[in-house]
Amino acid sequence: MKFVPLLWAELFRKKTRTVLTLLSVLVAFLLFGLLQAVQAAFEAGADNADAKRLLTTARYSIIEPLPMSYLRRIEGVPGVVGAAFADWFGAKYQNDSNAFPVFAVDPARYLNMYPEFTIPAAERETFAKTRTGAVAGKRLVDRYGWKLGQKLPITSEIHEKTDGSFNWEFDLVGVLDSDDPAVRGNTDVVLINVAYFDEARQLGKGKTGWYIIRIADSTEAKSIAAEIDRLFANSPDETKTAPEKEFAIGFAKQIGDIGALVTRILIAVFFTILILTGNTMAQAIRERIPELAILKTVGFSDRAVTLLVLGEAALLLALGAALGMIGAVAVMPVVNGGTGGRFPPLFVAGETWVLAAAVALALAIAVGLPPALRVSRLRIVDALAGHR
Amino acid sequence: MRALVEIRGVTKTYRRGGETIEVLHGVDLDIPRGDFLALMGPSGSGKTTLLNLIGGLDSPTAGTIAVDGARIDHLSSGDLSRWRAVHVGFVFQFYNLLPVLSAQRNVELPLLLTNLGAAERRRRALIALTLVGLADRARHKPKELSGGQEQRVAIARAIVSDPTLLVCDEPTGDLDRATAHEILTLLQMLNREHGKTIVMVTHDPKAADYARRRLHLDKGTLAPLSGAMAP
Repeated sequence: MKFVPLLWAELFRKKTRTVLTLLSVLVAFLLFGLLQAVQAAFEAGADNADAKRLLTTARYSIIEPLPMSYLRRIEGVPGVVGAAFADWFGAKYQNDSNAFPVFAVDPARYLNMYPEFTIPAAERETFAKTRTGAVAGKRLVDRYGWKLGQKLPITSEIHEKTDGSFNWEFDLVGVLDSDDPAVRGNTDVVLINVAYFDEARQLGKGKTGWYIIRIADSTEAKSIAAEIDRLFANSPDETKTAPEKEFAIGFAKQIGDIGALVTRILIAVFFTILILTGNTMAQAIRERIPELAILKTVGFSDRAVTLLVLGEAALLLALGAALGMIGAVAVMPVVNGGTGGRFPPLFVAGETWVLAAAVALALAIAVGLPPALRVSRLRIVDALAGHR
Repeated sequence: MRALVEIRGVTKTYRRGGETIEVLHGVDLDIPRGDFLALMGPSGSGKTTLLNLIGGLDSPTAGTIAVDGARIDHLSSGDLSRWRAVHVGFVFQFYNLLPVLSAQRNVELPLLLTNLGAAERRRRALIALTLVGLADRARHKPKELSGGQEQRVAIARAIVSDPTLLVCDEPTGDLDRATAHEILTLLQMLNREHGKTIVMVTHDPKAADYARRRLHLDKGTLAPLSGAMAP
């Protein structure tokens, strides 16, 4: 700590140069924080996947329905401790741009599958008892200003009612949320009671979209999945069962490999920072060779002077990285507000802070080591001779 | 009584291009404790090279150098650094202060290598600045000081860790006559009243007059001059 005033003074020796360099590092880490949040949002499905949850869809296409009667047979498979199903409703609210997922579910069974979702017990009970009941994620409720007890008029693009209309109406009886910000994006959904839905639709009665299955032991996921698929092999509705994580990764990849894209952008950004900051550091140290020789003269060892130069690089990168990450956190509410809730909530995760610290440290070493090594090899008499 | 600095058969050669240049040729020299020695000689005579060897900034090609009974000619770079931090203070012609630090912080620099706390470092730096008459300039940066004041700060930095030996390379080479007198008087005071052993390189006979004795170095060989008495 006693060297910090010295490092600080040397770092801001040329204020304009240092501030400009600092700004470039700040912007790089701001971008890093934002892009990591985007990546985390896209991968949240896979990251938050429960290892004890399997998903069963139709074998050849996830849009093909499966019979609801599979439920009991799936529950009978050894190792399965619970099952639920969900069906895609294809919803529009008020106009075409207000689209969000609506799933027709058995309330108790479905909510049992997702303990990471929070819902007050009374609302959960009302949902189970109300045939026209619906529960909605908190962000959707906030976005559209819905109130508990109101009617939810939703148009389905897929399901026609027995009266020939595509306009459905449900009673909002509960609000879904999650304590974990990474899971909160998964609650951007409206769940409707399948009892009313199945009775009121014209086509597809007795069919559902997919099954969610809870198993006792995650290490048996593959064998249980195979056993489930074997049950329905050679039937008109063959199945494909996979761990939830596998399913989520496959689904995310249909949008694009966001992780690879983000990584490539960040490599380009940090490579630029490496060149820019490296050049600045090298120049700053070159200008101070006689002063560093004086430090050696008064007793600073080669190692101590090397550490001072590395410390200066680390201080620069740490400052820029910290300010950039704080900036990313600060702009996150603005970005989230700007998406109108149509995108999963962005947030800077703890892992992102750790990764930012690691990147800053790696950059500090890469940027500081060449001039530090040069200084460590510096011969005092030669450096002072140029200054006499 | 044993001398503080004992130099025996010291040779220093440099390689410049493909050529080997011998700057010092088997120098023998004793510097008693409490001495104030002026090393004189023309440019290129090897006086700064000898001063660097005495101060542990460089190592001889051959021969031995002992300071206070301890050989320093064969010490590693790290050991020499530690030795310098404890035993030697340096004063240069161009002061060599760090421009970004205040006078007090400049003086504190050698103390950063000790285990002293911040308050004690500050206290000692202020004592050193008081000794050179610059306590009221402690917060000033070098660019806010005159040349003479900068050199006083450099002297305060040299004495702050209470070294046995002060090595001064042309300490008044960049100063006018009046300021040079102040600096040399200050060095004399440190020698006489605080017992510091001082080796000073100068080519100015008037500056050398302040020393207890002077030696002449010519083409890498020592030749004693008259033992001029200090004024």
